[in-house]
Amino acid sequence: MNALVTPDLGGPAQPLLKVSSLVKHFPVKGPLGKKAVVRAVDNISFTVQKGETLGVVGESGCGKSTTARVLMQLITQDRGELIFDAAEVNSHQLPLRDFRRQVQMVFQDSYSSLNPRLTIEQSIAFGPRVHGLSPAVALARARELLAKVGLEPVRFAGRYPHELSGGQRQRVNIARALALEPRLVVLDEAVSALDKSVEAQVLNLLLDLKKSLDLTYVFISHDLHVVRYMSDRILVMYLGEVVEIGPAEALFTRAAHPYTRALLSSMPSMDPAQRTLASPLTGDPPSPIDPPSGCRFHTRCPHAEAACRISKPLLFPTGEHHEAACLMSIPSSGHSRSPRGDQSMRHTP
Amino acid sequence: MNLHVPQPIVSVRDLSVHFHSASKIISAVNGVSLTVARGESVALIGESGSGKSVTLRSLMRLHPEKTTAIKGRIEIDGADVMTMSSSTLSAFRGSVTSMIFQEPLLAFDPVYTVGEQIIESVRRHCRLSRKDARAVALEALRSVRIPSPEQRLEAYPHEMSGGMRQRAMIALALACKPRLLLADEPTTALDATVQIQILLLLRELQREMGLSIIFVTHDIGAAVEIADRVAVMYGGRIVEEAPLATLLANPCHPYTVALLSSRPEGGLSKGSRLETIPGSPPDLSRLPEGCAFAARCKYASEACKKSFPGRVAVSPEHYVSCHRFPESA
Ligand SMILES: Nc1ncnc2c1ncn2[C@@H]1O[C@H](COP(=O)(O)OP(=O)(O)OP(=O)(O)O)[C@@H](O)[C@H]1O
Ligand SMILES: Nc1ncnc2c1ncn2[C@@H]1O[C@H](COP(=O)(O)OP(=O)(O)OP(=O)(O)O)[C@@H](O)[C@H]1O
Ligand SMILES: [Mg+2]
Ligand SMILES: [Mg+2]
Repeated sequence: MNALVTPDLGGPAQPLLKVSSLVKHFPVKGPLGKKAVVRAVDNISFTVQKGETLGVVGESGCGKSTTARVLMQLITQDRGELIFDAAEVNSHQLPLRDFRRQVQMVFQDSYSSLNPRLTIEQSIAFGPRVHGLSPAVALARARELLAKVGLEPVRFAGRYPHELSGGQRQRVNIARALALEPRLVVLDEAVSALDKSVEAQVLNLLLDLKKSLDLTYVFISHDLHVVRYMSDRILVMYLGEVVEIGPAEALFTRAAHPYTRALLSSMPSMDPAQRTLASPLTGDPPSPIDPPSGCRFHTRCPHAEAACRISKPLLFPTGEHHEAACLMSIPSSGHSRSPRGDQSMRHTP
Repeated sequence: MNLHVPQPIVSVRDLSVHFHSASKIISAVNGVSLTVARGESVALIGESGSGKSVTLRSLMRLHPEKTTAIKGRIEIDGADVMTMSSSTLSAFRGSVTSMIFQEPLLAFDPVYTVGEQIIESVRRHCRLSRKDARAVALEALRSVRIPSPEQRLEAYPHEMSGGMRQRAMIALALACKPRLLLADEPTTALDATVQIQILLLLRELQREMGLSIIFVTHDIGAAVEIADRVAVMYGGRIVEEAPLATLLANPCHPYTVALLSSRPEGGLSKGSRLETIPGSPPDLSRLPEGCAFAARCKYASEACKKSFPGRVAVSPEHYVSCHRFPESA
């Protein structure tokens, strides 16, 4: 069973993944047929520590899935580098094939990510077979994993994807991602198709597997309750950039960026007598083809001032391990609510 | 017909949907009855695989005729859906009833642009010229807050993010101003800020156009924002049905109780395990005689294994199907 496992190289203090200055633009046809680019991911940097769950949230279209696909190297970045356990990804030290085995992904769209012509056990066994396991061993592992994700092998192993419900298909995807015993699993909306009781099962399962298999997760989700429950740290994206990153609890209780605050207050009310009356975030999301100058959120920010249109805020500490990219958190930034003068947290850009 | 009781927009009686495959019959829906009043919004919640999507698709007769056996009565806006000819059906889809699918990629054809597909659908269902259809399509994209809608008309489905595709699909569904919207988890792919906008938009359409909505969701929060009534499905049946606030305050079916307590919401501290329902969902190719939940239910008695419980009124608009009610509640 352990034939595929790769040892921990740099020790626990070494980040499992270090992402630096990542850029991914997509060429598209712009207005009047002119060439343009969608700035899907626009210069982002972060690290993923060994054994942690890093939650990723942000507006639809802000570049979460694109980031995930670059992390997986399903698409190549335009700029920036990925360091996986101290080795540069796609170098002779860590060729793509070795990297890909250690990083797996569960996609948002459960249907299109499964091959319709394979039974689900064949789908799950496919990866291990490609990586050299015998058909019998690979199938045995597939069945074991099906049982782990709550799909009884005798009933489900021989089914085709179209014979499953959305939630059932998503559990197959999770089983398939785990088949190669990866170290990092990127979960892109992996539980959003599940009903709450199955979601609870899968979340418990993900936490168990994380412990028993020493996994690290990047957990992308729109469900803020789930992200809070699962994550150690949370990264907030807006229009291709990182606007805030910090420990989950700090982020939920002391969000520093106005976008994060709008996002958190958009969570549905749980009380039928107190339905949400107006949406906390108004205005159209700006086009990622021609993003706003300065702070990209200024077009929708209730606190925007002239300075916000001009200077682009970089990430700045607002608490322990907690950073936000907002002029209101940066001393002497030119914003009227910026902390003044000799703050204890000095920033050297 | 009684003139004083307005005709409901949807009346489903004893709907059953069985799929025939090579080796077995899958009983996905087993006797669903559901009424939706005009302008009402009903949320359908329940276990994955419980038949929510299959029920919705039946209302538009979207199942392959060859391998599907549908029984029961479906009346929408006074018309008998089960006996519609294919041309009547095609006019009915989109203009009277329209559907938002759970998986947005399935709704769009990857080889055409999103714009072409919306315009084509508007031309067909609202019988408009190409130019007018384009204007309607643009308006629809705007109404779901798609940035730079003119450019997005030219985009292919794979060029849009998941949430954007979902919004485009909502635009497609609403473009012809249908009277009934069937929404299969319309907001699960959306972030909280867009989700709340879409929910508010649907609420507005409901109020202003008298739109009726059947809304499948796993997110109780979304149901709280939009539903007047909730129906809970298990094993292809509706096991409990009540006005939203009633259901939240006083769930009576053991499955509903379990479902409502397995949410990672509010104050759940990290490290604590989420509550789950022991056992696994019923095998739809070998459903038990009695209550499909019995095998997982801590209140189950012999009676539960023998026969399916009838519908009991808990209060005037609150119904539950459970042999063990009221002890179980
Ligand atoms: N292949 C592509 N060609 C052109 N544009 C693309 C392509 N893939 C993504 N985009 C665009 O890049 C931006 C980021 O998309 P991405 O899928 O990463 O968003 P996301 O944050 O995952 O959104 P969601 O929450 O809706 O899934 C979007 O504007 C999207 O339309
Ligand atoms: N075309 C089909 N052929 C055979 N079985 C099917 C077909 N479509 C659905 N099923 C089965 O019918 C059952 C009900 O499926 P349905 O898609 O309605 O579930 P659901 O309640 O919408 O679940 P989810 O919340 O996961 O989307 C499932 O067990 C599914 O596997
Ligand atoms: Mg995405
Ligand atoms: Mg479904």
